[in-house]
Order: sequence, then structure tokens, then C-alpha cells
Amino acid sequence: MRYQEQGGLHEDLLNLKWTTPGNILAAITNFAGATLTIAELEARKLHHDSTELITRAVQPALWLLIFGEVLARVRAIPTGNLSYIDFMTPGILAQSVLFIAIFYGIAVIWERDLGILHKLLASPAPRAALVLGKALSAGERGLSQAVIIYLLALALGVRINWTITAVVGVLVVVVLGSALFSTFSLIVACLVRTRERFMGVGQLLTMPLFFASNAIYPISIMPIWLQTISQVNPLTYEVDALRALMIVGGPTVYGLMVDLAMLLVTIAILVIMAARLYPRVIF
Amino acid sequence: MSDVQTEVLAKQEGEAQTLLETQLLTRRFGTLTAVDGLSVSIKSGEMFGLVGPNGAGKTTVIKMLTTLLPPTSGNAWVAGYDIVKHASSVRRIIGYVPQLVSADGALTGYENLLIFAKLYAIPRAEREQRIRDSLEFMGLAEVSDKLVRNYSGGMIRRLEVAQSMLHRPKALFLDEPTVGLDPIARKAVWEHIKRLRTDLGTTFLLTTHYMEEADHLCDRVAIMHLGKVAAIGTPAELKASIGGNGVTLEDVFVHYTGAELDSGSYREVSRTRRAARRLA
Repeated sequence: MRYQEQGGLHEDLLNLKWTTPGNILAAITNFAGATLTIAELEARKLHHDSTELITRAVQPALWLLIFGEVLARVRAIPTGNLSYIDFMTPGILAQSVLFIAIFYGIAVIWERDLGILHKLLASPAPRAALVLGKALSAGERGLSQAVIIYLLALALGVRINWTITAVVGVLVVVVLGSALFSTFSLIVACLVRTRERFMGVGQLLTMPLFFASNAIYPISIMPIWLQTISQVNPLTYEVDALRALMIVGGPTVYGLMVDLAMLLVTIAILVIMAARLYPRVIF
Repeated sequence: MSDVQTEVLAKQEGEAQTLLETQLLTRRFGTLTAVDGLSVSIKSGEMFGLVGPNGAGKTTVIKMLTTLLPPTSGNAWVAGYDIVKHASSVRRIIGYVPQLVSADGALTGYENLLIFAKLYAIPRAEREQRIRDSLEFMGLAEVSDKLVRNYSGGMIRRLEVAQSMLHRPKALFLDEPTVGLDPIARKAVWEHIKRLRTDLGTTFLLTTHYMEEADHLCDRVAIMHLGKVAAIGTPAELKASIGGNGVTLEDVFVHYTGAELDSGSYREVSRTRRAARRLA
């Protein structure tokens, strides 16, 4: 496949060579507009049918109520000054965001089979805007998970940091985490191309991503080889940021700025990759 | 002025009448040549039909012209814009109704139009009016706030045509616009397409395997067989070319291709049936 996708950003940039800053501003507005339109499309769908959001609440509830309560009694995991349930709650938030986002890419296969994708790709919306819009709409679903986890945490007596900056920070990280893993999922979908294969690969990816992270135990108790893997796993940085923001006295291993930078850089790389693969799904 | 602009302008002036042109347009998938050296030129305002059985290469032609699929060799221009080099300019001036059902069933008819009005950056001031007008025009005003999954097949197709016309494209590509519709719904879609053309002067390229449809709607028809154009002309010319009164376009088709109409691969057939089922 030597063909290189032309048009799109590449062509837009060529056309911009002799133009004014005003045109560059217009291109940016155009990009943002298309991105938000795709996010709006998904938000409207959720609004028409939100049963999905309610059934999604069950899994994190089980993790917190059963797994969390049992392990808290065992006291096997060193969590520093935090109780185990305090330690674990941000991890379970990250996990439930991951579990939704990692299957999000199947939508692209679905939309191709329906023909919706054909029409989106024949529209002037930049490819990267289509991808980023999808990523943001995964964030919408992630936010609903955040609401559920906050409610569960309240019921379980988790020491939540309720300051506005902390809560807003948590929501931002949730959107970033959703965007990151949903774009990763989109790339997988573009590569495997069928629903059946996608479900298989999705299952295969979820558990390693979850267990090779600091979501339910600190990295320091892992064997060295697993520590290495965990340190390149973006979920680790998402959890690290959530733990610092969500819990009173929550520690951060890497520092918030490093966490955010890791997430943003990874998202940028994934969106660029996905924008190149996306149009090929229909070949 | 840049080279690109000069080139585009030269093409636009030189062929003021031609809106769409293909030169030896070819697409291979592995060893299969789906479209084999297609060269046609379509005039501004013309209604041009590509006919042929499933698997003749019609959809592949449309996918290339709508910039969804790069050609293996050859090239094509829409309003002077090269479909590969100026793909994003082409996308701004075309509309496209895929063969598969492309309206979103989980949204209302109004929302389907709203999202596309925004994707095509139709100015906010005009947006609402255009959406209302096109719903009215397509006879969908009453059901605009119902979810599309509750629409009939004919209503869905009309909504999709409305969606593809919101930004007033110069060329509209319709891939099997009436497959799976009952005769009454089919006639209604035809009437709307004809009125759009008279009102807006849009150039149409449509594919169909219904010869009756091509005869009824198209100014000119190209009969495609195994990726090549077997014959091209007005329906009357084509009928006259095999001599005789009472000849139908179907007879013309059989004459030029030596094939029956009911070929097509398993994949094509199952796709057509799937589209038909969703529209039923």
C-alpha cells in the first residue's frame, strides 16, 4: 500500500502556503467545529437511549463492593497512608473508563457496515477531526462512569477530595483516559476490520492493560519485568493522576504534570495514527 | 497565483461544459480488475447512469469519484479538481448517497440533517432554514422529530438525499438509490430526484441495476460489464443501436454484454439483501 492519503490536512497545508493568518484561523475553527459536531452526534444518540449508561454501573460496583471489601480485610497490599478502599477507588474509575473505551472502536466497523462511515469520509471534515470527535464522545461515556464511582465512593465512605479544582481535574483526566483508549481501540478496529476478530482482540487487551498497571496495587510490589511494562502503560499515568486528585492525601508517584503530559502526548500520537488508518477501513 | 490554481482554472475554462471527467480510471483489488480503464465525461447538469449487474464495478467507480478509494491508475476530475491531489476540495463540492443505509437510525431525521449541515459548515444563519426547506421538499416535515429507525425505506432514502443536498453540491453521487424499495417508494424517490435537478441544476451520477430506472431518469447511460464500458449513449441511441422498435434497455444490456442480469458474487448479493432488509 504505497498510496498516501492526500487531501485532508496535507492538502489544506499546501493550500495555506500563500494565505493569511486569517485563513489558518479558519482552518483551525473548521477543525474544531467538525470535532465538536462528531462529539455532538454521539451525545445526541446517548440522549435518545441512555440505558447503556445504567447497565455500565454494575461492574465497577461489584469491584468496589466485593473485591475491594475483601482485600481491605486481608490487608495484604501496602498502600501507605491510605486505606485500601481509598487506594483502589481511583483505580476502579480508571478501569471502568478503560473497559468502555477499549471496545469503543467497534463502532467504526459497525458504521462501515451500515454506510454511515462512507458518508462521513466523503464529507469535507478533516480525518483527524473525525477521530478526535469520536475520542471526545468516548469521554462523554467516561464522565457518566465518574458520576457513578463518585456516588459509590460516597456510600463506601471513601475520603474524597471535594474541592472544585480536584473534581474538575478528575473529570479532565477521565476524558483524557477515555480519549486515549478509545483511539487505541479505533486503531485496532481499523487493523482487524471485522466485528468477530475485534471482540477477540479487545478481550485479549483489556486484562493485561488493567493488571499491568497501578490500578489495584502499587507498582513497587511487582516483579521488575512487570514494573517495566507498567511504566509504559498509559493507564498507570491515568491512575496516578486520578489518585492524586480524587483522594484526600492521595499520593502521586510521577507528579501530575508528568501524568498529564504522558496522556496528552500519547493521545496526539494515537490520533495521528488513527487518522491515517481510518479511511482505509472501507477499502 | 499558484500552479495548482492555474491548472484548476485552465481545466474549468477549457471544458466549461464538462463537470466530471475520467481518464483511463482503473482500480485493481489483488488480481481482480474491478474498474478497467474507464474514460467518460459528464456535462454540467447532466443525469448520467452507470448500469450493470452486481459486481460490474459501478460502486468502485463511485468510491473513487467520491475520494473514498484511490485509483490504481488513471485519474478523474470533478469541476476541475483532481480526485487524488485535490481530494478535500472535491469533497466540498460533491454529495454522496451510499448504497448502504447511511442515515443514523438512533437520531431523528432533523438531527441527521443538523449534523451534516454542521459538518459541511453551512453558516449558522442559514442552517435552520435549509434544514426545514429540505425536510419540506422531501415530504418529511411531519416525521422530522421521530427516530429514523422508525422510518420506512422510502423515507430513509429521501432523508439521505436531503442530507447529501444540504450544501448544494455541484455533483451528486447516488449508488443504487432505489434498491430494496417497493415500486411506489421507488417512484417517489425518482420524482424527488428529478425535481431537485430541475430546481438546482445539479449534475447527477447514479448507479442502478434496474434498466427501467436508467431509462426513466438518465440523459445518458453507460453499460458496464466486468469493469469496462460495453456501450454508452442516450437510452434512445442505445436502443436504436441494436435496431428495432419495442426494444427495451434490458435487451440492449443483454446484447452488449452477452450476460444475464442476475450475476454477482455472494458478498455483493448478501450486501444488497442487507440493505434491502434495512429499508423494508
